[in-house]
Amino acid sequence: MTPVSDAWVCDGCDAVYQRVALQRRELAHCPCCGTELDRHTGTQHERLLPLTLASTVMFAIANLFPIVEIELHGLHSRTTLVGAVIALAGEGMSLVAMLVLATTLLFPLLQLLILLWLLVPWRWQRRAAGFAWLVRSMQTLRPWGMVEVFLLGVLVAIVKLSSLATVLPGAALWAFVALTVLLTVVMSFDPRGFWEMLESDGDRA
Amino acid sequence: MTEHTTNHMPRRATTSGLIGCRHCGSVWAQASDGAPCARCGTRLHLRKPDSLNRTWAWLIAACCMYIPANLLPVMITTTLLGAQNDTILSGVIYFWVSGAYGLAAIIFIASFLVPLFKLAALFVLVVTAQRRSNWRRAERARLYHLIELIGRWSMLDVFVVALLAGLVRIQGFAEITAGVGIAAFGAVVVLTMLASLSFDPKLTWDGVPDGDTGSVPPTQTTDTSRTSSPKDAVHEQP
Repeated sequence: MTPVSDAWVCDGCDAVYQRVALQRRELAHCPCCGTELDRHTGTQHERLLPLTLASTVMFAIANLFPIVEIELHGLHSRTTLVGAVIALAGEGMSLVAMLVLATTLLFPLLQLLILLWLLVPWRWQRRAAGFAWLVRSMQTLRPWGMVEVFLLGVLVAIVKLSSLATVLPGAALWAFVALTVLLTVVMSFDPRGFWEMLESDGDRA
Repeated sequence: MTEHTTNHMPRRATTSGLIGCRHCGSVWAQASDGAPCARCGTRLHLRKPDSLNRTWAWLIAACCMYIPANLLPVMITTTLLGAQNDTILSGVIYFWVSGAYGLAAIIFIASFLVPLFKLAALFVLVVTAQRRSNWRRAERARLYHLIELIGRWSMLDVFVVALLAGLVRIQGFAEITAGVGIAAFGAVVVLTMLASLSFDPKLTWDGVPDGDTGSVPPTQTTDTSRTSSPKDAVHEQP
């Protein structure tokens, strides 16, 4: 088993390309099927840690405060994300409740925690414990975090309710908007970049 | 278009004796299928193992759930005027009739068209890959990218119902509870996502005449027409 360090193999069509060194902000796409071959990582990880920290703070606000509050005939009702999950579970919809909990809370939280776990030791030139396994988990979790879809869901729910009751957006709604923007930037970092960084920095372990 | 692409199909890893690691992007020569990647430890596979069978299984399961997802109520609204059962389509019709055309369109697209389109598209991809069809390979590759991109957005309705069920709980005046349909609907979304994840897009290109018979690593090739100028492939990030 010998490494071929100057080749790309396309994940979409198995085509082999000669690897070129990418410049800042450059991406390589397979001309055959359009799959992304590689993207420049460079100094991206330096920006990644503050962004991940900011996302974690927003994540906490988004989940601790009520998302929306409704008022009907003087009666109030409000919910957090966890509140909605508990309500679903209480109605005998525990599978749906688990699905919502996993895709909007558990998986995004895991992704953020794994990133922090990997990035913080990196600043002190150390490789985190369980590096290989965690980078792989990041990639597996990627399609299953759905914060941005949830945000659209909240907006649709607000419009739906506006004919029934008075709707007051809560603090968590704005946190969700900020979290969606931050996560989009954070998740644009391909976990593969960790391996590139590892190589460019030589042996750190 | 198809002909053009197949004529310019560059050398492929399978015929060059190379395996690319899906997780870390490294490339290996003289590696056996199923051996762990020396850099990240993931098992290397030329093609995702059992890809077509697994995709078929998820796809058939998703098709079965699609029927109850559209026929059973997803949301039960109890107000002073009585209880009302809503299916996905009746919700769309309600918004359309009440004049919220934009919202009706969003829900119709995300909850009805996208899952249907995904099922149909996966079906086309699996059948053509199984027959090693030469039909519109480049378009099929694009179709796969599209499925991966839009699949998650069908979860929209699940989130809307979850939020409404958690929020509207004013005893006596108005109460919204989730219907069985939403469980079936969530299952469709998850199953189609699993189907598209277990499908190997490389299968779309299997059977293309390679044009290169040698097993020389690409690095030693000077013939740029075969390694397909990588400069074409590089562009600015948006």
